[in-house]
Amino acid sequence: MAIDKHLRSIGARVVDAVWRTGYATRFFALILIHSGTSFRRFRLTVKELFSSGVMSLIIILVAGTFVGMVLGLQGYETLKRYGSESALGSLVALSLVRELGPVLAALLFASRAGSAMTAEIGLMKATEQISAMEMMAVNPIARVVAPRFWAGVISLPLLSALFSAMGVFGGYVVGVVLIGVDEGSFWSQMQGAVDFQHDVLNGVLKSLVFGVAVTAIALFEGYDAPPTAEGVSGATTRTVVQSSLAILILDFILTAFMFRGN
Amino acid sequence: MERTTLDLWVGIFVVAGIAALVGLALKVGNLSTYNMSETYQLSAYFSNIGGLKAQASIKSAGVLVGRVSGITLDTGRYEAKVTMSIDKRYQFPRDTFANILTAGLLGEQYIGLVPGGDTQLLQAGEVVSKTQSAVVLEDLIGKFLYSKAEEPAK
Amino acid sequence: MSLSASALVEIRDVNFAYAKRSILKGINMTFPKGKVIAVMGGSGCGKTTLLRLIGGALKPTTGSIKVDGQTIHGLDQQGLYAIRRKMGMLFQFGALFTDMSVFDNVAFQMREHTNLPEEIIHDLVLMKLHAVGLRGTHELMPAELSGGMARRVALARTVALDPMLIMYDEPFAGLDPISLSVVGNLIRSLNDALGATSIVVTHDVQESLKIVDYNYFIADGVIIAEGTPDEVRASDKPFVHQFVHGEMDGPVPFHYPGGDYRQDLHLRT
Repeated sequence: MAIDKHLRSIGARVVDAVWRTGYATRFFALILIHSGTSFRRFRLTVKELFSSGVMSLIIILVAGTFVGMVLGLQGYETLKRYGSESALGSLVALSLVRELGPVLAALLFASRAGSAMTAEIGLMKATEQISAMEMMAVNPIARVVAPRFWAGVISLPLLSALFSAMGVFGGYVVGVVLIGVDEGSFWSQMQGAVDFQHDVLNGVLKSLVFGVAVTAIALFEGYDAPPTAEGVSGATTRTVVQSSLAILILDFILTAFMFRGN
Repeated sequence: MERTTLDLWVGIFVVAGIAALVGLALKVGNLSTYNMSETYQLSAYFSNIGGLKAQASIKSAGVLVGRVSGITLDTGRYEAKVTMSIDKRYQFPRDTFANILTAGLLGEQYIGLVPGGDTQLLQAGEVVSKTQSAVVLEDLIGKFLYSKAEEPAK
Repeated sequence: MSLSASALVEIRDVNFAYAKRSILKGINMTFPKGKVIAVMGGSGCGKTTLLRLIGGALKPTTGSIKVDGQTIHGLDQQGLYAIRRKMGMLFQFGALFTDMSVFDNVAFQMREHTNLPEEIIHDLVLMKLHAVGLRGTHELMPAELSGGMARRVALARTVALDPMLIMYDEPFAGLDPISLSVVGNLIRSLNDALGATSIVVTHDVQESLKIVDYNYFIADGVIIAEGTPDEVRASDKPFVHQFVHGEMDGPVPFHYPGGDYRQDLHLRT
């Protein structure tokens, strides 16, 4: 009797998960199908670029600088033991460009812009703005969802480039200006170790993938949120949790493909 | 918010983001030193390449002159065939030595070219015949232990 | 009053159920052109569902719904969007777009569906806002409006493209007595000025009896009474009487069905 009940609840969860996955996939396909408006009327996307990109600038710039400074400090302490302080530049730049830039920028983006997207769309749905739009013969996916999606996908690579650049700057300030590592070897070691195609472009590719994942999750959670206060707040939390996990898992998969065996 | 202010901020954001990307490419990455668009190919056979990898640097007198473009095993000779892309600006004599060296004790491996005195220059597609394989640390340690064991016990 | 003469909306034998829960059972209704018609009933009786069916947001389980001669649930997305351009719907709390100004809200459909130059849109929007008495608010954001004003702006947005059919979902909910009669009079005057047809879904009997031409009463998914306002007021049907006069007990019981009261309190008899 009890086993029967547990089995049934497991079954229900599996069915539910499969159903939701299918629903999310369909939603994602709809975004892509209805993306024409986002580019024909680029003004709509520009407006969203402001709220997802520009509004995340401060947090990205500040966080990037401090992460770079910490890398400079910790990297110096570790490298000093092996007498290779001159490799500080390559350590800071490689960690930022390959991993920390794309990943941390995406995590910050998920909690800053992703959660805002979920809350905004969830509230629009709860206050019947989405239904009203549909009744006015305007497709809400094309008008509301797709511009936000493309704005997120465009924003995140730019934000993560800014994050990495500020990080390198932070590492430079700590390493060269404060500690006194030789400036010439700092930059030349960095340039010797960082390959444009292999490291910089792969980093950009990573942040593009993260941008797609974070915005798709945020928009789906918002669109799928129950139209109540608890529903929207729950969806916002789910956005942050799920997109953070998605970023870290995708990062492992991408890293395995990009940087293995070289 | 005013439309023009919004446009201005988005413009600043996009320009700053692209500038950061270009900055990373030029200042941090090696795009500035990597634009050896004009290269020619040489190849060399090594009995053991150790930890040499594609994209490893090729230096002569410490100056970067090219990159390793490919590594394959030649099943005719059972030796590693390394193809090298060398900057067109640099020409090397026929009797140039290609050595696999290590940067520092545990650093990356690279190919060092030591030019000889031949007056004829290597042409594109030719083979550098004089090579010296990588020094494999395990072999060294093995030899060292072997020679220690040979010593009579005190 | 001949209802079938020139009907804009015709509902025939419509059944609707969410999963297994039956909401509407065998509904027949006719909404003639030019009239304001109220659909009344207690909360949760399926009135809003009815509007969603007419708007094509839901499909009936059985039966047919025709708007302007077209079967609404047989249309594809394009056909549906085409006919929705001729409909307006006022949502319960206005559903104004909170990220746009009052002006942009009213201009929304004009910008989406027409190629009118911005100067003409400007004039049209101000005319629509003037019709609801709120021309002075066009620069405000929806959050800066009172509930009654927001409802009137939403009304201006609903009639922005001069629809042939206007649907109101609880237009009187949560309004003070003054706003209530303002909105009520606007519904009537806009309908007559535009030559439109209006469907008002409400549970506010007194206000709607003042402005409508005909009433339908729904309870438990069936139509239990219908008639002109005078017929409704004079009706001696128990449900209508209870509803119109707001009596606490009657055919609609005060108590939700439950077990025996004594047993629930664990009293021994």
